[in-house]
Amino acid sequence: MDPLVIVGASLAGARAARAARMAGYEGKLVMIGAEPHLPYTRPPLSKEILAGTKDASSCRIDIDDCEVDWRLGEPASGLDLDARQVALAGGETISFERLVIATGCRARRWVGAGGELRGVHVLRDLDHATGLAAALADGRRLVILGAGFLGCEAAASARSRGAAVTLVDTAPLPMPGVGDALGRRCAEMHHAHGVELQLGIGVVAIHGDEEGAVEAVELANGARLPADLVLVAIGAIPNTEWLAGSGLTLDPGVVCDAHLAAVGSAGVFCCGDVAAWPHPLAAGELVRLEHWTNAAEQGAVAGRNAVVAPADRVAYEAVPSFWSDQYDAKFQAVGLPRRARRMEVAETGPDGERFIVLGCDDRGRPVAALAFNGGRRLPWYRRMLDGGADRKAILAAVEADPKSFAGAAVVS
Amino acid sequence: MIKVHVDMNLCQSHGECVYAAADVFELGDDDVLRWKEEVDDDRRAELEEAVNVCPMAAIRLEG
Ligand SMILES: Cc1cc2nc3c(=O)[nH]c(=O)nc-3n(C[C@H](O)[C@H](O)[C@H](O)COP(=O)(O)OP(=O)(O)OC[C@H]3O[C@@H](n4cnc5c(N)ncnc54)[C@H](O)[C@@H]3O)c2cc1C
Ligand code: SF4
Repeated sequence: MDPLVIVGASLAGARAARAARMAGYEGKLVMIGAEPHLPYTRPPLSKEILAGTKDASSCRIDIDDCEVDWRLGEPASGLDLDARQVALAGGETISFERLVIATGCRARRWVGAGGELRGVHVLRDLDHATGLAAALADGRRLVILGAGFLGCEAAASARSRGAAVTLVDTAPLPMPGVGDALGRRCAEMHHAHGVELQLGIGVVAIHGDEEGAVEAVELANGARLPADLVLVAIGAIPNTEWLAGSGLTLDPGVVCDAHLAAVGSAGVFCCGDVAAWPHPLAAGELVRLEHWTNAAEQGAVAGRNAVVAPADRVAYEAVPSFWSDQYDAKFQAVGLPRRARRMEVAETGPDGERFIVLGCDDRGRPVAALAFNGGRRLPWYRRMLDGGADRKAILAAVEADPKSFAGAAVVS
Repeated sequence: MIKVHVDMNLCQSHGECVYAAADVFELGDDDVLRWKEEVDDDRRAELEEAVNVCPMAAIRLEG
């Protein structure tokens, strides 16, 4: 098994290293990371780091006792499965016996006019977050392209710093994919906190001044939004380019089997934002997730599976979970919201400030539950999804459950 | 017995630990985490899972 090489030194990679050690692997363990930093956790980047309430050192992921041979600051540029070697961008090659791929995603850039202007930011890495946080002095005008989770969280954090914030998205409601009830609630919340929402409209260009600094964002209707800073938050792209030509299948991410072994390889495992694997909740179809908990748990399974005997490998089939914090509201989800075709409010608290949305797929099967300030109900929904309960059974059980918001409303 | 410690200065009530070990951790009506401070040894795997999935690294096991 010696050496075990892990490519990608972030959450999934760090958890893979830890799990390999916990499973008794004592050989050489090399971790290759494109960033100069030791592994750190990303959720605070759009929240506390941007808001300025925590510093970078609080984001470190504990990996001290894993005896890692670090190769930081230089990306892997190629994989040769026959020679069992990873190439580094600088030309060096590193041999492996077992390999864990954990290269995650990067921010999608604005490729239209103005993407190169000074003041145009993306937010994926620690350096992006500290850079944007430093630029966000009070009173500056920030335009955010994309009102997904990242854009919404950044909007909330920038408001807390006193910046004037505009959120732009082609979708009619923020957080596309979570259904109308949550999207509307999210829009109301940002509006109440003074964020200007430009929804249902696209951006055509970012304009700069003579010095190459951003000046305005132009919308499809000709409106120009003045801006000192632009955050491009239009999604993430899996980092698979370095694997081109290796023989691995790379769409919609590195394709794995249920044990997280990369299809078309022997002894190569994959985890985190870059991995696609068949999920029971998706009727065995491939899913690729961009969730913290998924990267943490999948990393642990991939790292373990990489070093144990084939018969001891375990399948990865956890029901996914996700959270987002904006202002003092908590949004939480379990399951696969992206597969839901129909979203309905399953229960609401008396004041309407808490509710749960149930999502069903095209065949009417429950695949997701999403909570607005109602996370304490989600373990119950997660068990229901895990047990394959049907929609009617879930709604009836909610009605009868004194612990549900609906039940509570009846009681009170 | 395993002792379970949660640093409530770090906990943000994400509830990931509840998914891992539902009868040890629970979010109350006020969304504040409650947990059993002493748990049988045979639950170690679930408790370790809870430690691993806590995004705030707020949970510590002793014993
Ligand atoms: C700002 C922000 C906020 C978030 N908030 C939440 C949240 O609230 N809740 C939630 O559930 N999830 C959240 N997420 C998502 C979560 O952080 C990711 O799911 C998680 O980071 C994925 O971990 P990973 O290790 O798979 O990949 P990544 O964290 O993307 O790490 C991949 C690493 O691999 C490196 N790499 C890439 N290519 C190469 C190469 N060729 N060679 C070597 N190294 C390479 C990269 O530099 C990077 O360090 C957030 C993400 C961001 C960016
Ligand atoms: S997972 Fe961690 S942060 Fe979340 S409720 Fe449990 S202890 Fe608190």
